[in-house]
Amino acid sequence: MIVEVNFASLKSTKPHEYALRFLFGGIVTATAGFIAMRYGPVIGGLFLAFPAIFPASATLIESHEKQRKQKAGYDGTNRGRTAASIDAAGTFLGAIALALFAVILYRFLPSHNSILTLTTASLAWLTLAILLWLLAKRRHFTRR
Amino acid sequence: MTDLVLRFLIGGTVVSLFAILGDIFRPKSFAGLFGAAPSIALATLGLTIHHNGKLYAAIEARSMIAGAIAMSAYVATVSWVLFRFKPPALAVTLALLPVWFGVSFGIWHLCLR
Repeated sequence: MIVEVNFASLKSTKPHEYALRFLFGGIVTATAGFIAMRYGPVIGGLFLAFPAIFPASATLIESHEKQRKQKAGYDGTNRGRTAASIDAAGTFLGAIALALFAVILYRFLPSHNSILTLTTASLAWLTLAILLWLLAKRRHFTRR
Repeated sequence: MTDLVLRFLIGGTVVSLFAILGDIFRPKSFAGLFGAAPSIALATLGLTIHHNGKLYAAIEARSMIAGAIAMSAYVATVSWVLFRFKPPALAVTLALLPVWFGVSFGIWHLCLR
């Protein structure tokens, strides 16, 4: 299968790591709202695409991959950082799709149903992200 | 104040959910897609539309395009630095955040003011 779902990986994330992600995500979201209130929607809208998840996710991936290798008797440092790099490459593709999400909202939100527009934009993000990933996988990503 | 607390709670929840999706998928390149999920937007646009209307939210979405371009530049730089030099991920992701700020505010200055 090209893509796998591995629920066991949830156990390797510690409770305080979940709490940190919640805290950081909440702070960034509230801050984006505050900036919009203070400086208006043009500045505030920039922060709707702030990389809120990414630093914590990249750090966790590095840490978990390193631990995995250390359990097998290897150092794991370089492997962890390579894994984080690969994750970042995927995030790059997702960010391109995020621009499409924003374009759909900008174009259609004023004149169409809000829920329908948000749903369409979300599905467009997911579809384009997966398509870009499939294209990149054929060309660049190697199985490790 | 209530609005900000609500945004904090909803935002934390939505960001965490997308992060969990990133945790459970393999390979890592696919899981990485969810690092750029529209989590903040989905968490807050409902509130924004309710309080300020759809046109206000659409203006935010226009700026979000610039933010997404900035995010692309930021994560591409992080990916390259991590792969090329193998520094600690936390240090790189935080140290290169000025890339996001520079690109997003650069586009704002050139196109959105």
